Amino acid sequence: MNTVSPEIAIEAKGLVKKFKDFRAVDGLDLTIERGMIYGFLGPNGCGKTTAIRMLTGLLTPTEGSVEVLGMSVPKDAEALKYKIGYMTQTFSLYGDLTVLENLNFMSTIYGITGKEQSDRIKEVMKRYDLADLKDRFSGRMSGGQRQRLALAAAVLHQPELLFLDEPTSAVDPESRRLFWEQLFDLVSDGTSIIVTTHFMDEAERCHKLAILEAGQKRADGTPKELMASMGANVVEIEGPNLREIRRKLDGKENIMAAAQIGARLRVLVHDDVADAEAYLKAAPETDGATLIEQVRPNLEDVFVTATGKGRQ
Amino acid sequence: MISISRILAIFFKELAQLRRDRMTFGMVIMIPLIQLILFGYAINTNIRDIPVAVVDQSQTALSSILVDMVEATTVVTVTEHLQSPEEAIEAIKAARVRAAFILPPDLSKRVATSPAVGLGYPSSTDQENSRPVAQWIVDASDTMIASGILSLRNMPLSELNRQPPNRTTATFEVALFYNPEQRTAVNIVPGLVGIILTMTMIMFTSAAIVRESERGNMEMLINTPVKPIELMIGKIIPYIFIGLLQTVIILGLGHILFSVPFGSKSVDLFIGTLLFIGASLSLGLVLSTIAKSQLQATQMTVFVLLPSILLSGFMFPYEGMPVIAQYIAEAFPATHFMRMIRGFVLRDAGLIELYRDVLWMCGFFVLGMIVAALRFKKRLD
Repeated sequence: MNTVSPEIAIEAKGLVKKFKDFRAVDGLDLTIERGMIYGFLGPNGCGKTTAIRMLTGLLTPTEGSVEVLGMSVPKDAEALKYKIGYMTQTFSLYGDLTVLENLNFMSTIYGITGKEQSDRIKEVMKRYDLADLKDRFSGRMSGGQRQRLALAAAVLHQPELLFLDEPTSAVDPESRRLFWEQLFDLVSDGTSIIVTTHFMDEAERCHKLAILEAGQKRADGTPKELMASMGANVVEIEGPNLREIRRKLDGKENIMAAAQIGARLRVLVHDDVADAEAYLKAAPETDGATLIEQVRPNLEDVFVTATGKGRQ
Repeated sequence: MISISRILAIFFKELAQLRRDRMTFGMVIMIPLIQLILFGYAINTNIRDIPVAVVDQSQTALSSILVDMVEATTVVTVTEHLQSPEEAIEAIKAARVRAAFILPPDLSKRVATSPAVGLGYPSSTDQENSRPVAQWIVDASDTMIASGILSLRNMPLSELNRQPPNRTTATFEVALFYNPEQRTAVNIVPGLVGIILTMTMIMFTSAAIVRESERGNMEMLINTPVKPIELMIGKIIPYIFIGLLQTVIILGLGHILFSVPFGSKSVDLFIGTLLFIGASLSLGLVLSTIAKSQLQATQMTVFVLLPSILLSGFMFPYEGMPVIAQYIAEAFPATHFMRMIRGFVLRDAGLIELYRDVLWMCGFFVLGMIVAALRFKKRLD
């Protein structure tokens, strides 16, 4: 059964999930190593949540095979539950229980009792800054506080693998930054983390990520690899008539996308063109531009080239 | 292995949530309290004081004495005096009265020859002499009202003759066991335990599982190692205590307000009630695994509740139902419990005598728990 090497956390082959005629996940292959944060980046409805639910055994795949931590899912899903933690997209602990009651409940459910239980709860409350909130009803806490509680509850039983489904969609930027620091702490303690997101800045923090669209993987690798291999160069244009330039460039040969960002127009030029900057400078469409320069690509550029119209 | 500590964790969680849900908590106490007082006083199958109209066409001293005698039975109360039978029928139609007492113009003559008065005439086969003295027109749509008036049909009239009533020997001697004073409350109050428990137990648990899904807790819960049977057991334990509390309220208050006996079989009563609570809870859990929302759960509860109450023998005797209805009634735990609790508190019967109901209830509970646990999937598809 244990065909996967110990360094591999998740191995999925040809994963398909059909809901009636709709293929929410459509032939997904994944190999995710341990000890890193692996991100699923994609727009809403791209199959991120469905994929995670199949990996945790909540959904039965229509086709394909999954091995998580060397166990076959969904066959061994129950045994696997002790080894994985799961943070749902919406807050799913009990709003009418206090922080302490929620943590007590969750730890007992995972079979943690007695001294070990009180030690673990004390530890996670300290770690996630919940000690002062222990008698607060979780339903009356802020988004950031709830998220800390949800993370604390998900790691109480020290899972080897943690699944986070859009963990930061309901929290402010400051809490988000702090949250990611806490994730890196967990990784340095040996936990592997799978996270879904539609935020570029979050995706950029992942060690590796897969870009999903319409249930299929469009690209994967480290953010750096993805940027290097995206098949386009990025040029930014400044000038008084950016809207007009954008309209003219749209649909021009070798131009994959053009989008205005503040006072600049960001243009993705296909890497068939050797010198993108010169190509645009020479193009009649850019008349009136005051500045044309090639810039470093970012993850959003990768996302744009890998999905939707930019995909070729 | 089933983990006791996990069951306890779910139990304490439910208890904490229940304690904070003031509405539900209030219902636990108020439903038995109010319904007991309401039904205990309101439901009475011994009909008294039926409003009737009198149409006195003879207008004699005799007729008014006769009306007084009828009223003295307390079965009826005269609320109207009308001129003609037609008016009386109108009054019945308009529901101002439930019956009309028609005294004919030749009342005196009829009374003189009536054997009911016993003036010494030999009983006659003569049509003229054997006519009844007066007539009742009754709204017989309600069978209980009708039988109340029918009981007046053979009323002796010998008092009219200033003679003591006939001391005739009854054909049968009837010994009324268990409720010799024929008080309705004695039968209603123990039955009410069954009704209230059916209502609250099924209602609370039918929402129990589906509530977790509705509030979004289910996705988290099914990602934990908790087993379906642990979840089911943990969820019903708080309601077992609630059910026992309600039983104590109803029987205790029934004893104080309506002098309903407890019976001597308190252990049997306790075990029988536990069994019924268990059976009702497991039925509620099964509904909860079928329902997609709390609203659906409530609708299903009502769907089960009505037949289970009406066929249980609480108000309408089981024996009076057609055989097919009796079979349906047997399927509901309430029918068996109705038999059991009336046996315990009124007839001092024990679990041994009522073993058929006991066995059936055990079977229902076990089957319900298994079905609920099997139906509960730790999957989302």
